[in-house]
Amino acid sequence: MNGVHDLGGMHGFPELGYEHDEPVFHHAWERRCFALNFCADALGRWNLDTWRHAVERMDPVEYLRTSYYEHWLHAMETLLIEQGLLTREELEARLGGDSTPAAPAPGQPAALAASEVEAALFRGEPACRDVERPARFRPGEVVRTANIHPAGHTRLPRYARARRGIVRADRGVHLFPDRRAAGEDEAAERLYNVEFGASELWGDEAPPRDTVRLDLWESYLEPE
Amino acid sequence: MADDHHHHHHHDAPRLADPELRVRALESLLTEKGLVDPAALDAIIDVYETRIGPHNGARVVARAWADPEFRRRLLRNATAAIAELGFEGSQGEHMTVLENTPEVHNMVVCTLCSCYPWPTLGLPPVWYKAPSYRSRAVADPRGVLAEFGVRLPDDVEVRVWDSSAEMRYLVLPARPPGTDGMDEAALAGLVTRDAMIGVDIVRAPGTERDG
Repeated sequence: MNGVHDLGGMHGFPELGYEHDEPVFHHAWERRCFALNFCADALGRWNLDTWRHAVERMDPVEYLRTSYYEHWLHAMETLLIEQGLLTREELEARLGGDSTPAAPAPGQPAALAASEVEAALFRGEPACRDVERPARFRPGEVVRTANIHPAGHTRLPRYARARRGIVRADRGVHLFPDRRAAGEDEAAERLYNVEFGASELWGDEAPPRDTVRLDLWESYLEPE
Repeated sequence: MADDHHHHHHHDAPRLADPELRVRALESLLTEKGLVDPAALDAIIDVYETRIGPHNGARVVARAWADPEFRRRLLRNATAAIAELGFEGSQGEHMTVLENTPEVHNMVVCTLCSCYPWPTLGLPPVWYKAPSYRSRAVADPRGVLAEFGVRLPDDVEVRVWDSSAEMRYLVLPARPPGTDGMDEAALAGLVTRDAMIGVDIVRAPGTERDG
């Protein structure tokens, strides 16, 4: 989607906001929010791309006004409610001071146990899939990115659409976010690393030697 | 007027409520429902606050500087080489190490969200996640580098890596001069998080950036 999250090349955000000796978390609630998200993800009711799309579906003004972990909080609330694991009424009642204990949702998954955390963290979730799929492009080949504007999730940023690039590496077959965010958990496509000249993306004023690399799925690319 | 004000602040509650209250409400509800084990939350926080951080990446860089065989393995298959040091898992499943050379300076960003190699660098700093860096890094990387006190000659290619997929990038900075006699632990002490993102270089001992 052409959302406000797609920030590459935008002007008007002058402050880098560098902080020396920055702590891992700035507030106690950020700590809990981070860990709650990990546990909520582990319930297995959504995937990383559904989650990213939930962040992107935020009201754009709210997105820019709020911090990173507020985005996480928003995505977690949205998905828990959409999945029927929590209701908006339960959340509002608790925020309003109602301490009636909450009941489990019918057929809800089991919680990630403390004893499973270490293994889950260090195992991770590889996105590559060992499936046979012919490669449409080869390293060195010139390609052009698609001029697409899907209303759903995509990982082809606006600044890199309809641009000419050179394939630099074949990354193998990876899970494909555009279809995965729509619920196809195992949708996969071949992924390529593609080089773009800075002047192709930003015009003749850009330093001639500079380049930008993106990892792009096969259906984002067309032969030039 | 007073009514307008009242209405304006309440029609879209609770989404805009204080995040501290919302997180507390969510944690209590999910715990009561049996969807979250509070001890799991503590275990997760402990890992990211005490065990995972840029000190891990600094060890990878120092070993690559000190051990040419490790450097070769690292550049060929970064995920496996980094795992030799025990750094692997969430947000480090597909690692690529980018070596800075006299010809190429690498710099990493995620314009669409805030993808970052957690096992080697920890959780990203606020500036990496904020709109200013994400908007400017791809369009004006030399301007961003200048803010970090780095000015590169025009004949050096600035190569920006936008983390659009699950590939995660760690920059292998150039080893600074005057460090020949240093062991791996001392070398690791020179390596900064910013240099491994590619917004800074590693400076020789005694010539660190001010502040």
